Amino acid sequence: MAGHISPKSTYYTIFGSLMVLTAVTVSVAFVNLGALNFPVALSIAILKATLVILFFMHVKYSSRLTKLICGTSFFFLLVLFGLTLTDYLSRGWFAAPGGTAGAGTQVTIGPAAPEPASVEP
Amino acid sequence: MTTTVLPRVNYLNVRHTLASWLFTKDHKRIGLMYLVVVTAAFALGGVFAAGVRIELTTPEGDFVSADTYNRLFTMHGVAMVFFVLIPAVPAILGNFVLPLMIGAKDVAFPKINLLSWYVFVIGFVFTLAAMAFGGVDTGWTFYTPYSTQFSNSSVMLTGIGIFITGFSSILTGLNFMVTIHRMRAPGMTWFRMPLFVWALYATSIVQILGTPVIAITVGMLALERALGFGIFDPRLGGDPVLFQHLFWFYSHPAVYIMILPPMGVISEVIACFSRKPVFGYSFVAFSSLAIAIFGFLVWAHHLFVAGISPYSAMVFSFLSFAVAVPSAVKTFNWTATLYKGAIWWQAPMIWVFGFLGLFLVGGLTGLFLASLGLDVHLHDTYFVVAHFHYIMVGGAIMGYFSGLHYWWPKMTGKMYSNSAATFAAVLVFVGFNLTFFPQFILGYLGMPRRYHVYAEEFQVLNVMSTAGASLLGVGYTLIASYLIHSVFRGRAAGDNPWGATGLEWETQSPPIPENFDETPIVTGGAYEYTKRGAKVA
Amino acid sequence: MPNGAVAHADPHGPASAAGFGAGGHDHAHHPALQHHFQTLDQQHEASTLGMWIFLVTEVMFFGGLLMAYLLYRVWYPEAWSEGSEELDIVLGGFNTVVLIGSSLTMAFGVRAAQTGEQKATVRWLLLTIGLGLTFLVVKGFEYYHKWELHHIPGPNFSFEGPHAAQVQIFLSLYFGLTGLHALHMIIGCAIMGVITWMAHKKRFTPEWYTPVELAGLYWHFVDIVWIFLFPLLYLVDRARQLS
Repeated sequence: MAGHISPKSTYYTIFGSLMVLTAVTVSVAFVNLGALNFPVALSIAILKATLVILFFMHVKYSSRLTKLICGTSFFFLLVLFGLTLTDYLSRGWFAAPGGTAGAGTQVTIGPAAPEPASVEP
Repeated sequence: MTTTVLPRVNYLNVRHTLASWLFTKDHKRIGLMYLVVVTAAFALGGVFAAGVRIELTTPEGDFVSADTYNRLFTMHGVAMVFFVLIPAVPAILGNFVLPLMIGAKDVAFPKINLLSWYVFVIGFVFTLAAMAFGGVDTGWTFYTPYSTQFSNSSVMLTGIGIFITGFSSILTGLNFMVTIHRMRAPGMTWFRMPLFVWALYATSIVQILGTPVIAITVGMLALERALGFGIFDPRLGGDPVLFQHLFWFYSHPAVYIMILPPMGVISEVIACFSRKPVFGYSFVAFSSLAIAIFGFLVWAHHLFVAGISPYSAMVFSFLSFAVAVPSAVKTFNWTATLYKGAIWWQAPMIWVFGFLGLFLVGGLTGLFLASLGLDVHLHDTYFVVAHFHYIMVGGAIMGYFSGLHYWWPKMTGKMYSNSAATFAAVLVFVGFNLTFFPQFILGYLGMPRRYHVYAEEFQVLNVMSTAGASLLGVGYTLIASYLIHSVFRGRAAGDNPWGATGLEWETQSPPIPENFDETPIVTGGAYEYTKRGAKVA
Repeated sequence: MPNGAVAHADPHGPASAAGFGAGGHDHAHHPALQHHFQTLDQQHEASTLGMWIFLVTEVMFFGGLLMAYLLYRVWYPEAWSEGSEELDIVLGGFNTVVLIGSSLTMAFGVRAAQTGEQKATVRWLLLTIGLGLTFLVVKGFEYYHKWELHHIPGPNFSFEGPHAAQVQIFLSLYFGLTGLHALHMIIGCAIMGVITWMAHKKRFTPEWYTPVELAGLYWHFVDIVWIFLFPLLYLVDRARQLS
């Protein structure tokens, strides 16, 4: 009933790749790519996670059900992020009649300055 | 043959000590243990509802203070949502019936099943403690910043209680999913499973994906309230509406946890008491999955007037209309099942008819609320309250009672009085409509919810509502009485009093601890009713 | 009648029906096989499926915090930059290497259990625990340092900078995310302790090593969470900070 047994070399290779990718992500963080820094860092993280999932967690050699479950969890995470962002990213597009800023735009507390009011107990 | 003697060894009498119950791994006993706690929670929630309805008999705030009223409706909501509606059908009926239905000896993880009960009880104890300390006044929705910064009530205790209880739901869902995947008897392919099993599977998907999100949200709420972490605090630039997004990401799918299993019950009962297979089996099965998945895409219809972007609101409005489609599919299919069926008017079937009408009203009024323009007028009015009570009580609770009455002879080996049960079902139906239909009108006329005072012109409708609530109380008490009575004085029901198909009916009532003498082998579909009109005495 | 339930020999025979849990009959099957399963294979498949489903709940659990992170990163890029700058990239990087290393040792531990190398299993598991504890110790130092600087959100929070209020949100999420992760590490180390003890007691064979496998899946998951947390928290806008 033993599951798939990977050769030790596979594990060492994956570990090596993960180390290289870690070094890459740290180095790239210090290169100014502007708005691309975030997607690049995220992509590298996704790549690392994929390697761990496929080889350390043996998903590459697992049943279709396991793969489906893996995929489903990330899909619903994306649903949470994506649909919530449909709200936040489109705030301010709409100017209420008679108003200047859109309803519910980003909250700001006065000018970008010092302490907020002291916290009540 | 009328006898009160039960057959030989069964799961109830195989051991009698308290320890044999508290340390049981038998899914049937665990189902009964859930029944006890859920019934207690239902009674408690009912007491709070009584407090609300008594106050609302008069327009002035003369029964309780505003603060107390806030606590009453909040604790009513908390008790009913988390400790009755979410667990009722899955943890009581599902636990009892699922392994029997698929020909298994037990669920996949019996010890985890027992653990889920203990977790449930511990969560309930924390919530009871919160009630003893005066309860919570934030509404069961705990909106920030009131709940994090200004409420002086037992938010933390209640939050901890809900957090803990959530794990009970997760563990149950996990258990059921693995059970359905891996424990089906030989020959029971997916499309030979009873529709109740499909419903439980779909529910498990929702429990697994949704519950963790409310858990972390309550956790963030607690961190903010206790330690001053500023995630929802507008003074730091946080957004209180983020709490609402995260809260409803679970709490909307949660209503599908509450309704999918009762819908599964309806499928079982309607087939048996029409002596016909459910019309369009695969459509009903797939619609359960569709509801589970689509249910995750609509949550922000609770935030339409909270200040979200109107563009986002349009998206969610469209999706909310879409999620009604699979529910409608089921309703059409059930109706088609009735067509040319041989209807047998027993108690479980009376509840089914109640469900069909009331769920229809509740579902259609949901579309009113999904419509953006209408929601601006109806949000936070009694229209919303009426809508969800039609679904939750008219739908979920009636489905629960249908199942309870259907499987009661299997669970206890005894039969209750059909005339008492019929009377109670009709009484509850009448009481329910009297309670909640006036609330549609009140809401449309503009009476806001969560207020303990209201304009004088609303009084007549409110008095009708309170009168109906009294009838409901009588009806529920009646049900408890004859069901308990049947355990001691009812006649032995026999293995299959309804002449129903399904593996659970092919073993004795009550079942032996290991369910079946020998593992069954399945060779046919779930609803092979061939003898239309045949009834078993 | 319906469904035609044909008799199928129950492996324990009819005698087992009467006595629930009666252990009097002799077993021809593996001692780890639980009675409600038919075969060890079925039990193994059920157990691994159960663990995967549990991991799905964990993904959604962290997901709520990550949603909050995502929103405020979009809203407050400067505060995110200032907040991230306060985190020690060397310690964070070191911890990343340690944790990925522990995933490697864990994978080897499972492999040793698969091939029946009992002593190697124990050694790899102990190494995994050691690396996990190292991670937690470093984390402890980081938290202590934050406490010294009054960077823990709450009534004693104090931060010099134009976006102090939103940096407090960043740090709330930092502590929330890494705190939740550390909690999972602590639980993981405890689970590993139990599994290591079982391995030491020679409980695992190539026929049955499921607890090691399940613990491995959990451990890798906790590693994956950190793989995301490290760039999300420690590597925000580092390029601009150089200039």
